[in-house]
Amino acid sequence: MQHTRTILPRDSALTTKQTTKRTKTWKGIIKNWELYLFIAPALLYFLIFCYGPMYGIQIAFKNFIPTKGITGSPWVGFDHFVRFFHSYYFWDLIWNTLGISLYSLAVGFPIPIILALAFNEIRNGYFKKLAQTVTYAPHFISMVVMAGMIITFLSPSTGIVTNIIEGLGFHSPEFLTDPRWFKTMYVFSDVWQSAGWGTIIYLAALSGVDPGLHEAAIIDGASRFQRVRHINIPTLVPTMTILLILSMGSLLGVGFEKILLLQNPLNMTASDVISTFVYRSGLVSAQYSFSTAIGLFNSVINAVLLIVVNQVVRRISDNSLW
Amino acid sequence: MLSGINESGRDKVFLVFNYIFVFLAFLVVFYPLIYMVSASISNPKLVGSGEMWLWPMEITFDGYKRVFENSNIWNGYGNTILYTIVGTAINLAITLPAAYALSRKDFVGRNIFMGLFMVTMFFGGGLVPTYLLVKKLHMINTIWAIVLPSAASIWNIIVARTFFQSSLPRELQEAAQIDGCTNLRLFMKIILPLSMPIIAVMALFYGVGNWNSYFSALIYLNDAAKYPLQLVLRQILVLQEASAQGGGAMDIASASALNSKAEIAALVKYAVIIVATVPVIAIYPFLQRYFVQGVMIGSVKG
Repeated sequence: MQHTRTILPRDSALTTKQTTKRTKTWKGIIKNWELYLFIAPALLYFLIFCYGPMYGIQIAFKNFIPTKGITGSPWVGFDHFVRFFHSYYFWDLIWNTLGISLYSLAVGFPIPIILALAFNEIRNGYFKKLAQTVTYAPHFISMVVMAGMIITFLSPSTGIVTNIIEGLGFHSPEFLTDPRWFKTMYVFSDVWQSAGWGTIIYLAALSGVDPGLHEAAIIDGASRFQRVRHINIPTLVPTMTILLILSMGSLLGVGFEKILLLQNPLNMTASDVISTFVYRSGLVSAQYSFSTAIGLFNSVINAVLLIVVNQVVRRISDNSLW
Repeated sequence: MLSGINESGRDKVFLVFNYIFVFLAFLVVFYPLIYMVSASISNPKLVGSGEMWLWPMEITFDGYKRVFENSNIWNGYGNTILYTIVGTAINLAITLPAAYALSRKDFVGRNIFMGLFMVTMFFGGGLVPTYLLVKKLHMINTIWAIVLPSAASIWNIIVARTFFQSSLPRELQEAAQIDGCTNLRLFMKIILPLSMPIIAVMALFYGVGNWNSYFSALIYLNDAAKYPLQLVLRQILVLQEASAQGGGAMDIASASALNSKAEIAALVKYAVIIVATVPVIAIYPFLQRYFVQGVMIGSVKG
């Protein structure tokens, strides 16, 4: 060995360079060994509760039999997927899921932006603070209470909304049971609950606007509206883009905790979405494999959508998630 | 053409419209909240008929009396407090050290860990595999099924990491290390005491999430004595309504009896909503600063 080292000096120089780099890494690891203890609980959590279930995804391609376990159950290939794609409710589920998310996006995305721009123009500190405090508050109401409020307010016999509509001389629709009203009820109650909270992130961006821009615009004779239009809105574009990409990634993952609570046999034709169907077929009817297959189909589409939208956005602008 | 007076006139119109718009938004959000408080202490007949629409009328505390007599609600309250305290303690014990380690530039492998954690933001095992795992770990019907599957959130880890990276002077940490301070001492004696704002933000985010969650209890608990408040509320607020709607044809006498029953049920519902929401809504205005801070830290290159 000594021999070769003297004959090939270039090689040995390379190895020492590599070893010094490696020893440096090792030194760093040893010096900060405690940091690995710091991250260990989180690592365990993610490995067990996030990656652990990913191992179980294989039952989507199997006929899961509880007594045989995940590994022991027989493979069936894409049977469950084929059954799902050919089922009579497939297009209904897709349509309901996409319909609710796109409707939410169309209404729920612009409102926090408009509200943030409006808050930003208010100079009266006390009123601004009050309006913000009150509009943020519904964010802290739980889904169950929210569903309870919707059900009570829209109740056909005693609800305040029904009373107001009938008091004005109109015939009130049966909001809770009429499938045609389900999506609207879902979307607008969501706006009520989360539009205020949604302004925070935009207000943070607006607080970063250089005051010099506004001063220069005032000197040039720009009105308030023009300054909002040409200074404030462009400031928000990067934030909007990021939030839009993120919401694209969850187009098929609508907030199902609320839908599950508002669902009843009468509005089922409009309210059944992929995730509630997964819950019903998987945990209520115990069709574990079938339900896992649908869930997998759903998360793959979500991930693909997110990646595609992110790529497209990266092509056309400087803002993207990664 | 556009004189100074004209300019300010245009601005005034804009400002007036803006004030009206914000005031309307404020009313739309505020009205249902105030209505619920009023409805919870008014005569249910007047609420049902729509005569009570803003201020309480014929004040009665019947709704609250019925709520407080309901042992399920008390039991649920107790369970929720337990789950929230244990859950939030676990959340913090996992999130803070991990976020600190990830904030250190000299932590070899931080990008690998970060990448491993971030993947879970976009892809997961799904409902059934997670359920089967929890079942396999024998956690069904125990507190662990409620607190462990949601023991950490990658989003909150990122927020805390951003705080550690941007708000704590790097020099201070280096100086302490040169003086021979170990990472553990550094974290416990220097970092944590300087990080009270982020600890408050994390405790609040996780705490509110734990207080409000119902879904894991719905799927993992089958013993009613272990139900958290939100599941008890679901029975009262959501399921009762569903069964009341299920009624088909009925004669007039039982219809009116059912109607007054429905009015009392509505009264109880308003009272229950208030009782369940008050703890969270009451602390929120005092801590609003921290909540807002949390969102803002998260928005800085999330």
